[in-house]
Amino acid sequence: MSHVALLIPLLPLLGFLVMLGFGSSLKEPSYGWIATAAVGSSFVATVVAFFLLLSDANRSITVNLFTWVSTGSLNVHAALLVDPLSITMCLFVTGISALIHLYSIGYMHGERDFNKFFIYLNLFVFSMLVLVLSNNLLLTFVGWEGVGVCSYWLVSYYFEKDSAASAGKKAFIYNRVGDVGLLLAMFLIFHATHSLTYTVIFQHLHDFTPTTATLTVLALLLAATGKSAQIPLFNWLPDAMEGPTPVSALIHAATMVTAGVYLLVRMSPVLALSSSGRWTIGIVGGVTAFVAATIATSQKDIKKVLAFSTVSQIGYMVLAVGAGAYSAAIFLMVCHAFFKALLFLGSGSVIHSLNGEQDLRKMGALKKYLPLTFPTFMIGWLAISGIPPFAGFWSKGDVLTNVYEYSKPLWILGLITAVLTAYYMSRLFVLTFRGQERFRDVTHGHDPHESPWIMTTPLVILAVASVLGGVLDLPWVHHDSIAEFISHSVAPVQGLTSASATAQFGLAAVDVVAAIIGILTAFTLWKTTSPWPTKYESTFLEHVWRWDDFYDTTIGRPAQEIAAFGADVVEPKILDGAVTGVAVATRRSGEGLRKVQSGFVRQYALVLVAGMAVLVVFLTSRSW
Amino acid sequence: MHNVWWINSLLLVPLLGAVAVVATRRVPRAAYGIGVATASLELVIAAVVTLLYSWHNTVSASCGAKVCTGFSLLTTEDFAHRWVLAPSFGLAYDVAIDGLSLFLVLLTAIVVLLALLGARESKHEAAFVGWLLVLMTATMGSFVSSDLLEFFLFFELTLIPSYFLIAHWGGKERSKAALKFFVYTLFGSGFLFVGLIYLAFSYQHAHGGDLTFSYLVLQHAAISHSAAVWVFVAFAIAFGVKSPIFPLHTWSPLAYAEAPIAGSMVLSALLAKLGTYGLLRYGVFLLPQAVHTLQPYLLTLAVIGILYGSALAAMSKDMKRLVAYSSMAQVGFIILGVMSGSSIAITGAVLLMFNHGVITAGFFLLIGFIEKRRGTSEVTSLAGLQRPAPVLAALFTVVMLASIGLPGLSGFVSEYLVLIGTFSTHTWWAVVATLGVVLAALYLLWAYQRIFHGRAEGENAEMPDLSHRERWIIAPLIVLILFIGVYPKPVLDRISPTVNHHVLILQQNTVTK
Repeated sequence: MSHVALLIPLLPLLGFLVMLGFGSSLKEPSYGWIATAAVGSSFVATVVAFFLLLSDANRSITVNLFTWVSTGSLNVHAALLVDPLSITMCLFVTGISALIHLYSIGYMHGERDFNKFFIYLNLFVFSMLVLVLSNNLLLTFVGWEGVGVCSYWLVSYYFEKDSAASAGKKAFIYNRVGDVGLLLAMFLIFHATHSLTYTVIFQHLHDFTPTTATLTVLALLLAATGKSAQIPLFNWLPDAMEGPTPVSALIHAATMVTAGVYLLVRMSPVLALSSSGRWTIGIVGGVTAFVAATIATSQKDIKKVLAFSTVSQIGYMVLAVGAGAYSAAIFLMVCHAFFKALLFLGSGSVIHSLNGEQDLRKMGALKKYLPLTFPTFMIGWLAISGIPPFAGFWSKGDVLTNVYEYSKPLWILGLITAVLTAYYMSRLFVLTFRGQERFRDVTHGHDPHESPWIMTTPLVILAVASVLGGVLDLPWVHHDSIAEFISHSVAPVQGLTSASATAQFGLAAVDVVAAIIGILTAFTLWKTTSPWPTKYESTFLEHVWRWDDFYDTTIGRPAQEIAAFGADVVEPKILDGAVTGVAVATRRSGEGLRKVQSGFVRQYALVLVAGMAVLVVFLTSRSW
Repeated sequence: MHNVWWINSLLLVPLLGAVAVVATRRVPRAAYGIGVATASLELVIAAVVTLLYSWHNTVSASCGAKVCTGFSLLTTEDFAHRWVLAPSFGLAYDVAIDGLSLFLVLLTAIVVLLALLGARESKHEAAFVGWLLVLMTATMGSFVSSDLLEFFLFFELTLIPSYFLIAHWGGKERSKAALKFFVYTLFGSGFLFVGLIYLAFSYQHAHGGDLTFSYLVLQHAAISHSAAVWVFVAFAIAFGVKSPIFPLHTWSPLAYAEAPIAGSMVLSALLAKLGTYGLLRYGVFLLPQAVHTLQPYLLTLAVIGILYGSALAAMSKDMKRLVAYSSMAQVGFIILGVMSGSSIAITGAVLLMFNHGVITAGFFLLIGFIEKRRGTSEVTSLAGLQRPAPVLAALFTVVMLASIGLPGLSGFVSEYLVLIGTFSTHTWWAVVATLGVVLAALYLLWAYQRIFHGRAEGENAEMPDLSHRERWIIAPLIVLILFIGVYPKPVLDRISPTVNHHVLILQQNTVTK
């Protein structure tokens, strides 16, 4: 019961409650410091819990809190499961959250709802930690929905702007569609095993029929596509960029959107039961990675490029899960959290220096004005492009090597995506930092200025992590690696072969070539920007493969027409029409009723009494 | 078994309060004071009853003044007071509380008190308070009755005060709304009356002895399957109007929209529960042999109610109508659970009755606060209210998220239990109903966006936020929403034994058939 792990989620909750209690009575930065302190101490608690876990022989600690929902055969506890998977998640979630909280103190300076921002942010971290630390699916769902609603609030943070309000709503509703998947998965699992606790479910795997197992995996996949922005539910994420940039970095890049991948990895023993289910997961991941990368090549908003890049990178993680390479998925998740948070915060610093401008066409040549943002951003760019020795090279390489063994077509798709990734990130880099200055309009002729230390410090720390992240799982170190650590939490897929050392070096070389091709192409094509080289952008890609339009025509509008038909025809004319007909007939038959309604009721009372009297007489006569 | 005066005072207190209001009607402001005092006392009693309730009770062969039929009855009833007034007519005062009624009793006390505090009507105040207290007595009586005839009388008695509340204190179309409500419900009651008379007589015919309408006794009525089905159908019509179940709902949007806020609160939070509660106690648990036959039809109507209610909620231009249709969708979930035959889902449905009452009362209180300031509840005339009224917006958000079924808030626990339980017994209905989870988010967030998001201009920008008094009035509902969402155990522990007890009988019936 008493375990330091308890503090991990409770500290951010405490921060949330304290700030809520203060309302808006404190001065601006106090909220930021309270929130940062809460998350920072949660990180410290996580580190302590991590070392306690290392000294635990089973590598699994359950902390039981209280009985939450219990009726009949359903018995769910509020309990935490501390194991290698959850503690890995906690480490990077709390660590990166603390940095982004710190950054936000600078970035959100002067905002009207400064206190509300940090209140939501701490509640988000609490929910995220509940999600990953829960020992059962239902409590995971609490966190799952909690992060969803915080995302809703933070995306529509500028709620007076219609686009922000709509984006928040869209994010929530797309997530809800995914949630149906998680609900159905829980129902299927409970029906089969009579439990929702992970360890108990995994002990009763033989209770799954092959059909149930496949349906469960597909339902889990639906859940993951919602939360982790995968096809067919990926198009809420670009809209979510309406939120403040730290939110995009924290929720829509580093943490929340990886929850779907976490769920799939957590349920790996069930995934092992259905190869067709895993095959579907692999295809969804691979195709999403590719589609999102193509879209990213034609976006003009710096945050939208990064948003589609996130979708694409998570596609890689999902692809890895499909291939059964769970540790590779988590490895990429951690490294991606480092470099994508870095890139988003870097872009935030850029936006900050340009008075809020996000259009790549209004940037360029910022290299010399942003002495700290530029080199850190460059590290992020090289990392995501897959240039050694940065973190992205190792982690993406790990995924692609495993996929190569699993399926050659998916590997080719992954490799093409790698080229595209290097291309769109280099395009972004060139357009932002190199070439001609195009920003004088938005800065009113002034020079852009570098952000304060409170914003650049997190950039530096994340840049260091993006350089060194690869050591978590270097291919020639097989003990003490993240793969070995995670293996305590996941069920290996039987019959997977691992690549030989020669093949690994060969594939790594291929990855580097792919990255260089992408980078060189971008540097060549985007050398000059006046006039703007529109021929390298496609409107089809810019409009996200017309995905929103497609949903609008096939689902949105028909549904609206059906609802309108219900409201305009079925309800008033058919259902109510019949009733009104009867009512009118009744009213006409009794003249006085229309004028004096109370008379009507009096009559009713009379009828009631008379009826009772008749009944009494009837009963009395019977009993004689 | 606890002292019977707890339960008797639940009925006497509001009745005496109503009498006192009538007696002092000439004294200015006395009525309101008496009303609040009465409702507060009632809430204290209801709270004590909720805490004291114990579910291990046996009614042995010596069943007091009740018609003794010779067998010992195992029951989860507590506080029972049985007093036969006229044995040959079957007229009895027979009251008790079990896991089904316990929280509805508490809900009645809470909602009436908050309606008085938060939705006070200054026009003809004494009459308003008086009718509300009469309605409280009748609703309480319906929930604590353990006798079909007595239940019927209380059930009918709710009609008169609700009629007057709508007709006198309602909006523009109040006469039409009141009449429609009245005729509709009366139509349903006819079926209820015929059904219960038939049931009592067939029991007497088979077992001899005095006529009895006792719920405990009639559970053992060995009527034929087809007769049970017909009686069940008759009950389902009566309770279906009250709940309302699709397609018997068309009175409700008009009545909810036209009634004064206090009326809408009582109608949606309490009277609707009379329908769902009646269907569970007097349908499913009293006539278990009919359940299996009627399950597919009623489950289908429940699912249609969820989808249809959600669609019409999305199209509603008025907040009260929106809540009316949203209620209809929620009632769909309740009916789904009630008819599922799964003890988990039925427990969820009973909890949802309470939760929905709290949530919908919260909605109407908040809409009332907005209406008081802006003179309208039209969605199109409101915009951007979150800026001028952040507290109102925050509280509305909590109630809305509870209604959507966000985990950590009360609505989720009950909805989840309904769905997971129904999934095991009637998979496909549960799957379709799960889609309702998306729809609730759709229409509520859309409405929220139109009302609270965007830029506030003109009168909207000037709208004052909630006063401290208003915050305190809504606070108990928010506390309940949070408490049950985080720690539903004490509530589920009180509901489950009764449900499990009855579901066991239900299952035996299905097996023997």
